[in-house]
Amino acid sequence: MGTTFIFTVIILSVLGLLLAVVLFLVAKKFKVEEDPLIDVVEATMPGANCGGCGFAGCRAFAEACVKSKSLDGKFCPVGGNAVMQKVAAHLGVTVEEKAPMVAVVRCNGTCANRARTSQYDGSVSCRIMNSLYSGDTACRYGCLGGGDCENACQFGAIKVNSQTLIPEVDEDRCTACGACVRACPKGIIELRNKGPKNRRVYVSCMNQDKGGVARKACSAACIGCRKCEKVCPFGAITVENNLSYIDFNKCKLCRKCVAECPTGAIHAVNFPPKPAAPATPEAAPAAAPAPAAETPKE
Amino acid sequence: MRRTFSMGGVHPCDCKISADSAIEIFPLPQRMYISMSQHLGAPAKPLVQKGDKVKAGQLIGASAGFISANIHSSVSGTVAAVEPYADLAGNPVMHVVVDVEGDEWEESIDRTSDVVREIKLGPAEIIKRIADCGIVGMGGASFPTHVKLSPPPGKKAEFLIINGAECEPYLTSDYRLMVEYPEEVLLGARIMMKALGVTKGYIGIEDNKPAAIEAMRRLTASSYTEIKVVPLKKKYPQGGEKQLIDAVTGRKVPSMGLPIDTGVVVQNVGTSYAVYEAVQKNKPLFEGVMTITGQCLGGQHNFLVRTGTTFDRILEYVGGVPQTAAKIISGGPMMGKAVSNLSAATVKSSSSLLLLTEEQTRRRAEGECIRCGKCVEACPMGLEPYLLNKLSRAGRMEDLEEHKVYDCIECGCCMFTCPAYIPLLDYIRTGKADVMRIMRSRPKK
Repeated sequence: MGTTFIFTVIILSVLGLLLAVVLFLVAKKFKVEEDPLIDVVEATMPGANCGGCGFAGCRAFAEACVKSKSLDGKFCPVGGNAVMQKVAAHLGVTVEEKAPMVAVVRCNGTCANRARTSQYDGSVSCRIMNSLYSGDTACRYGCLGGGDCENACQFGAIKVNSQTLIPEVDEDRCTACGACVRACPKGIIELRNKGPKNRRVYVSCMNQDKGGVARKACSAACIGCRKCEKVCPFGAITVENNLSYIDFNKCKLCRKCVAECPTGAIHAVNFPPKPAAPATPEAAPAAAPAPAAETPKE
Repeated sequence: MRRTFSMGGVHPCDCKISADSAIEIFPLPQRMYISMSQHLGAPAKPLVQKGDKVKAGQLIGASAGFISANIHSSVSGTVAAVEPYADLAGNPVMHVVVDVEGDEWEESIDRTSDVVREIKLGPAEIIKRIADCGIVGMGGASFPTHVKLSPPPGKKAEFLIINGAECEPYLTSDYRLMVEYPEEVLLGARIMMKALGVTKGYIGIEDNKPAAIEAMRRLTASSYTEIKVVPLKKKYPQGGEKQLIDAVTGRKVPSMGLPIDTGVVVQNVGTSYAVYEAVQKNKPLFEGVMTITGQCLGGQHNFLVRTGTTFDRILEYVGGVPQTAAKIISGGPMMGKAVSNLSAATVKSSSSLLLLTEEQTRRRAEGECIRCGKCVEACPMGLEPYLLNKLSRAGRMEDLEEHKVYDCIECGCCMFTCPAYIPLLDYIRTGKADVMRIMRSRPKK
């Protein structure tokens, strides 16, 4: 009994030692040379592995940065400028500041604005709905409300409002990784500049039908009337295919277009409430579309 | 022992409640919306402009490519517009809108009801006539018929199978054609056999249609001896091409293969009738038999409807949509499409409008998959639907391809049989579409 015990201990110890030596030699012989900088860079990454940078994960991004020794065209949307500065410091290169972005839902076809023309009873998934029909309203460009964006978001930053059936973005949580943009089959979600003090002006509509058709389908639709294009002093607005688009790089947030839009399709968010007396005559009708225009969050 | 296909299949209700309603001619509406995309492949190019006068049977849309088809006006009148108009799913498709005036047909069309038995045209002329007349498969997929009758080089057809299975519940349009116009259907088959250069033909009919089998047998016994009637044991999806070939001949179409790989060409009964009219009567395809049915509907109908009649016009004619109707389906209940836009118009292959009640269409709450394997048993293509569903939901495209999602015929047997009411086909269909897109985008070897 005692000897069995002793023999077992001895044999296992000798085996263990032998294998340890073998492992040591093998590890020496087949050592993979890897830049230790990769580990350092990876440690500075947020570790979300969301793929927002276009690489398979944080490790792959770190590898790509270290190997190419340049940060051109590389950006971690989750970590933002702070992380990119650290990465640049580790690599000894400089990096350009990028304006922070945020996901913007360009549809305001809420249940109140858009009448339902049919009722869908199939699987709740935008991808499936989009393959079957144009949507349960007369607007075939608008949000289907299936929540594919919500399911794609790793940060809990986008949620479909159960009352309006339109997704809403939590600006503090949104990292602009672009997962929702890729998930939306209608291409409604866009990454836009977050703007100074988070203030932004954008067209909350994707409808490319002619004015009358669009208006009939949704009371908040862009009807392509070009009033905003004419009033914009900075040339930031273009109207193509009956749909207005505001270039966020040119927009100076004057909000003249917001006041001019007859359907309230242009949204201005995070601005303080306007003073009671309008400063310019153009701003006078601002009171009418105000409820839509001053929604604190889209 | 009646023959049927060897793998999978389900037995939904028969529900052929409109079987005894003879084909009625649907009155001409005031406005026609004729789609330029009534077939698989490239949409036709409109040849008319606003204000033009057209006659029934006049070419108004030209075939745009090999896999495309001509479109003819189904009525006489004035073109009111050539513009995009929403189809039954609400997506805009180019339409020619015609305001109906009278009912004048092209002079070249033989409008008599005499049966023309002598086939004067040669094989090449027949195929040309079929292409000119814009004949497409009436079984649902609307594949241009002239393409199917021109086997690719190196492939040879051995025989033709006429598809009279009509395995979808409710539908009776093919049945009525076989009972009321059996000789025309058989002549259509004879014409296509001449075009293909084959001497043997079959017509597969499910055994829930004894009158059709009887009518066909009477004719094939005396004058159409080259065509054999094959009664089939009722099972869904017998009308699927690959299943029908298996049921009638026992041959198996290989994965990703076409029926012609087994030396068979399959054509629907409705197509056969259209071919007869095109070749013997010079009549382009601009009308077809449609079943208007549903338990909630007062009367059951089989109408001969001109292409381009709007769905709401048809429903208005049968007394409006009943209060109890919750879903309107174009096609059969298994593979048809729910109509979200009732102002859409019929196309060449529209076979039915089916009205179902809330009780009949209600989707029950989805449960968990317990891997009971019922879907695997039911799949007529030998796939594993429970697995494809999971892979599609997870977005695993390579694994989907490995498990042959591209072989799915979207028959819905898996979803029909699932005891947990999992919407298997919804996810498999989108997964299949994604995989097909990836496969097509690969460089060809």
